[in-house]
Amino acid sequence: MTINELERIASQVRRDIIRMVHGCQSGHPGGSLGATDIVTALYFDQMQIDPAHFRMDGNGEDMFFLSNGHISPMFYSILARRGYFPVKELATFRRLGTRLQGHPTTAEGLPGVRIASGSLGQGLSVAVGAAQAKKLNGDQHIVYVLMGDGEQEEGQIWEAAMYAPAKGVDNLIAIIDYNKKQIDGPTDDVLSLGDLRAKYEAFGWYVLEVSGNDMHALVNILKLAHENTHQGRPQLILAHTEMGMGVDFMMGTHKWHGTAPNDEQAANALSQLEETLGDY
Amino acid sequence: MDFTIQNQKDTRSGFGEGLLEAGRRNPKVVAFCADLTGSLKMGDFAKEFPSRFFQTGIAEANMVNMAAGMALSGFVPFTGTFAAFATGRVYDQIRQSVAYSNKNVKIAASHAGVTLGEDGATHQILEDIGLMKMLPNMTVIVPCDFNQTKNATIAVAEYDGPVYLRFGRPKVPNFTQVDEKFIIGKAQMLQEGTDVTIFACGHLVWKAVQALPILKEMGINAELINIHTIKPLDVEAVLKSVGKTRCVVTAEEHQRNGGLGDSIAQVLALNMPCPMEMVAVNDVFGQSGTPDELLKAYHLDTPDIVEAVKKVVARKQ
Repeated sequence: MTINELERIASQVRRDIIRMVHGCQSGHPGGSLGATDIVTALYFDQMQIDPAHFRMDGNGEDMFFLSNGHISPMFYSILARRGYFPVKELATFRRLGTRLQGHPTTAEGLPGVRIASGSLGQGLSVAVGAAQAKKLNGDQHIVYVLMGDGEQEEGQIWEAAMYAPAKGVDNLIAIIDYNKKQIDGPTDDVLSLGDLRAKYEAFGWYVLEVSGNDMHALVNILKLAHENTHQGRPQLILAHTEMGMGVDFMMGTHKWHGTAPNDEQAANALSQLEETLGDY
Repeated sequence: MDFTIQNQKDTRSGFGEGLLEAGRRNPKVVAFCADLTGSLKMGDFAKEFPSRFFQTGIAEANMVNMAAGMALSGFVPFTGTFAAFATGRVYDQIRQSVAYSNKNVKIAASHAGVTLGEDGATHQILEDIGLMKMLPNMTVIVPCDFNQTKNATIAVAEYDGPVYLRFGRPKVPNFTQVDEKFIIGKAQMLQEGTDVTIFACGHLVWKAVQALPILKEMGINAELINIHTIKPLDVEAVLKSVGKTRCVVTAEEHQRNGGLGDSIAQVLALNMPCPMEMVAVNDVFGQSGTPDELLKAYHLDTPDIVEAVKKVVARKQ
C-alpha cells in the first residue's frame, strides 16, 4: 500500500474517532488520534493477517495487542476499516449492549480483539506469552504490542521487560506511543520516565526510534524491525507522537486525554480531517 | 466410604504428579512457575518437558498475563506459586486477563491457609477462596488429600476455562481412591447420616472424618460431604442433604468471610433456612507455629467440629 493510501485511511480513522467519542460524549480522543498512524501502518501495511477469518488463537498470522485499552476508538475504527466487523457498528461505541465496550474486551465477541485491556501494564506480558506460544508452535509470525508511555510507570511492565530479553523472545515487537502526556499532565511532571531508550537497552532490548506520526518513517521502521526479528532479542520502537494529532486544538495539551468534544468542537475537528473512505 | 489411611502425603505433591500426568496426556499443557518449582513440586514436569516449562522469576503479575497470552493460542497453562501470591498479589491481572477475558488458565496455588506453618501470616492466605469465587467465569477447587489433588489436577487440565486450584504444604492422611475420577462441581458424599450435615473442604475434610466416630458415640448420626468444588457449588447435593438433616456445620481453612461456609449459607438462606455453624477463621490473620498448633489455635481441629455439631444439633431442637 502506498504512503498516500495509508495517510488517507488514517484521516478517515481520525474522523471516526472524533465522531465516536462525540456520539457517546465519552472516551479518549487525544491518545487515539496520536496513535492512529502507528496502528494504521501495522494493520494496513505491515501485518500478515486474515480479517475475514478471525481466529482467536492467531495461529499462522501476525498478532497485535493493545495494552493501553483506553484508546479503543482508534483500535475499533481500524479493525472495522480493515474488515473485522461492519463499519456501521462503530456507531454503537460505548452504548448499552455494544460489542464496542469502553475498553476492548473478548466478552462480547468482537472479532479482532483477543484479550481485555484497560487496566494498564498487562499487555506486554500477554504479548510475551503469545510470542512464546508461537515459538512452541513453530509459527514464524510476529507479535506486536502497543503500549502507552504513561503506562511505563506500572511495575509489571518492567517484569516483562526483564523477562523477554532474558528468555530470547525475539519474535516480539513492542511499540510505545511516546506522546509524553498522561491524564494528570506531562509525564515529566507526573512521574518522569527518565531515559526510556537507555532503560530498555539496559534490560537487553534492541531499541528503534521513529517519528510516530510520519507514515513514511513508520512503514520503514516497521519493515526494519520485521527484518530484525528472530535474532535473539526483542525489539522496542519508541514512536514519538503528538497527542491529539490532526486536530489543532487537541494538540500540545493533555486536556483531551479523556474528554469528548461538544458539537461545535466536533464540527471544528471534522473540518480539519478529510473524509476519505466515507463516514460510518 | 473407606477411611483407611493409605499414607501421609502433601497435597502439593498430588499437584506435581497430576501436572506431570496431564502433561503426558496433552502436549498443549504448559507450566509457569515464579521461582517456587521445588515448593510446588513442578520439578518433574520441568525435567520431562523443558520446552513447555517457563521459569518466570519472582514476577507473578508477568506470569499470569503470559499464561493468558499463551492460553489464547490453544495451550493449557498452569501457573504455580504460593496461594498468597497467586491471588491477592495478582488479582487485577487475573480479573482482567483471565476471568473477564475467559482464558483457559489454571492458577495452581500451594501453601494455602494456616497449615503453611512457621512462615506466618504474610504467607498464610485465608482470603483466597473468597477472592477467586467472586470472579465471574472462575471455577474454584479445593481438594482434600494427595490422591484427590492429583486427580483434580488432571481433571482441571481437561476442563476448558479459568480455574483456581488450592492446595497445601503439610503431609496429611491420604485416603481417597487412587484413580477416582474427579468430577468438577460434583460434591463427594463421604458418609451418609441423618442428624446433621458437615460440609468440609481441603485439609478440614480429614478433620471432619475424625469427628465422625466421636459424634457416633454421642448418638449423633452425621452426614459428611466433601465440597471440593466451591464454585460452581453443587447446590442440588447441598439441598438434598440439608433437606434431610435440617442443620449444618461447615469446616474450612479460610476466613468465614468469603469461604465455603459463606457459599453454603447463601444457598440455604435463599432456599432452606436452618441452623448453621461455621468452623473457620473469623476475621483475624494467622501467625507462626506448627500446622497442628495453628489448627488448634484457630479452632480448625476435630474437637472444634465436634463442638460445632453439638451446638447446631441443640439449636435444631
